[in-house]
Amino acid sequence: MILPAIFFYIFSAVTIASAVMVIGSRNPVHSVLFLILAFVNAAGLFILLGAEFLAMILVVVYVGAVAVLFLFVVMMLDVDFVELRQGFLTYLPVGGLIGIVLLAELVLVLGGWYFVPNAPAVAAPEVASVSNTAALGQLLYTRYVYLFEIAGFVLLVAMIGAIVLTLHHKQGVKRQSIPQQNARTPATAIEVRKVESGRGL
Amino acid sequence: MSPDTMTLASFLPALPEIILAIGILVLLLVGAVAGQRATALVTGLAVVTIVISGVVLVLSPASGVAFSGSFILDGFARLMKLLALIGSAVAIIVSVGFLRAQKIDSFEYPVLILIATLGMLLMISANDLIAAYIGIELHSLALYVLTAFSRKSVRSTEAGLKYFVLGALASGMLLYGASLIYGFTGQVTFSGIAAALHGEAPSVGLVFGLVFLIVGLAFKVSAVPFHMWTPDVYEGSPTAVTAFLAGAPKLAAMALFIRAIVVPFAPITHDWQQVIVFISIASMVLGAFAAIGQQNIKRMMAYSAIGHMGYALVGLAAGTATGVQGTILYMLIYMVMAIGTFVAILAMKRQGVMVEGINDLAGLAKTHPLMAFMLAMLLFSLAGIPPLAGFFAKFYVFIAAVQAGLYALAVIGVLASVVGAYYYLRIVKIMYFDDPAPKLDPVAPELGAVLGLSGIFMIVFVVIAGPIGSAAELAAKTLF
Repeated sequence: MILPAIFFYIFSAVTIASAVMVIGSRNPVHSVLFLILAFVNAAGLFILLGAEFLAMILVVVYVGAVAVLFLFVVMMLDVDFVELRQGFLTYLPVGGLIGIVLLAELVLVLGGWYFVPNAPAVAAPEVASVSNTAALGQLLYTRYVYLFEIAGFVLLVAMIGAIVLTLHHKQGVKRQSIPQQNARTPATAIEVRKVESGRGL
Repeated sequence: MSPDTMTLASFLPALPEIILAIGILVLLLVGAVAGQRATALVTGLAVVTIVISGVVLVLSPASGVAFSGSFILDGFARLMKLLALIGSAVAIIVSVGFLRAQKIDSFEYPVLILIATLGMLLMISANDLIAAYIGIELHSLALYVLTAFSRKSVRSTEAGLKYFVLGALASGMLLYGASLIYGFTGQVTFSGIAAALHGEAPSVGLVFGLVFLIVGLAFKVSAVPFHMWTPDVYEGSPTAVTAFLAGAPKLAAMALFIRAIVVPFAPITHDWQQVIVFISIASMVLGAFAAIGQQNIKRMMAYSAIGHMGYALVGLAAGTATGVQGTILYMLIYMVMAIGTFVAILAMKRQGVMVEGINDLAGLAKTHPLMAFMLAMLLFSLAGIPPLAGFFAKFYVFIAAVQAGLYALAVIGVLASVVGAYYYLRIVKIMYFDDPAPKLDPVAPELGAVLGLSGIFMIVFVVIAGPIGSAAELAAKTLF
């Protein structure tokens, strides 16, 4: 009992600390790295809850793809973060207000939980028998196989669309052709000439 | 057999879609391996795939629910799918010459049309909120790409971007509505929602969800006040794409609109009826007045589409089987009119350059008498002048509205159609009585054939109205 509690406090403390550092650090690359740390620790919290599927997804999608994308963007776009932060104090009231509104919304939603009372019961799987990765897999490939396949088609359209709209075949670009390079022999590639001494070619 | 048990036979209702999906993947591979040389082959095979899918759809005895209740094939779905397939096949055929002339012919075009068609079929067959959403997404994504297909043209790219951004917003609205509906009923299937709503006063949250759902769907059919994208997208996209956009996708979106409103929300008809009445009136009026000032014929047809969606929604607003029958007939006839008119626009070419101005049609009756006659028939029909098909379309929906006691809606509709008649008749006048503009190029044979067939359909509809009407009636009855 004590071990999960210890891990919970470790994970949550690191999550909160790194979340603060995401906003606080001066170097944007450090911010992204702290963001990754926050994600990994949140994944740890999910494992403690028994939601191992969410933990895996969090690591794969957020750490593996989103955060790395962030990192690329931060490193490639030369954004001057110091300049961005200059208006911080002027925008603080508005930002604080939005923060308070969001907080109030959270409190309202969590405080006034009056949606269909049996909705959680309907949505919750049978916990004891299968792990939730297995349960999701079983549902996804049987009951929701239709939607799953169509979602695959949606991704296919995205791929076709990206290629159709952006791929340009430029004329007259020299490309490397490995077969051609391999097919070169000394006979085709080298020309031996006798050069008389004292005169050029 | 529990609903989740699957056998091969339980997939049979979706056989046309499965054929289409396999066709898409095969054609994509053919195109990817053979490169752009295969464009003609892929285009031909795409039409063949649609034809096979349509034949299977008509002959297949299997019907009912499949995939654990997400998918339904009933009389309504069968009729609408057949029409959507016809619309898509014609759109591919008429696009060939245009794409070649614009030098944007590539094998992805027919593949994307096939994907959009698959999305349409899934929308028509959607039997729960998730399937409806994912069908819309598949369909819309393909359309966004098609809209921006002429990527060197700034207007086409702009139209694609605009369509994409606004479409994503509408999808968000639709999802928000769907999640509210799920939250307040605990159901996603249409029949489940109807059962949950039975005999209860709807909660405010559910009505909110319903309104958001209607917003998302109204965007798809371009009904006012969610029509902003239509003129720009119609004008900006390559004309062949507009010809596709104006026909089958509208029909499929309207089919989903009907099913997603009529089936689950039958117990609270009064709550959605007033919303539909509003968007119907707004669409009819805006479509009638905003089209008057247009000089670009594609833009004018966009406003005309908005107006016609308003008329089609009159039938849905009635909320009865007769009303839905009227809407089905309206969409059928409108699809033929829209495709016919856009084929005529595709044929508007002068020395190989596409022209889009209404005045470019001046004196068409002297230079191309047959084209002018067929286009005039289509325009008279769009205006709703008897005895052409468009008159019957309007007749059925207005009768349904009157029967349902929506007199104001019917009266406003008739008045709007009188205003709308002006700009259609103006084109007829320009074609027949104005001094000829420089001669247009000869009409390509496939364009001439489609234009001729749609014009003839307008004229002979009065003879075949009986069987088509009863087919629509049967289809509408399956929803009630």
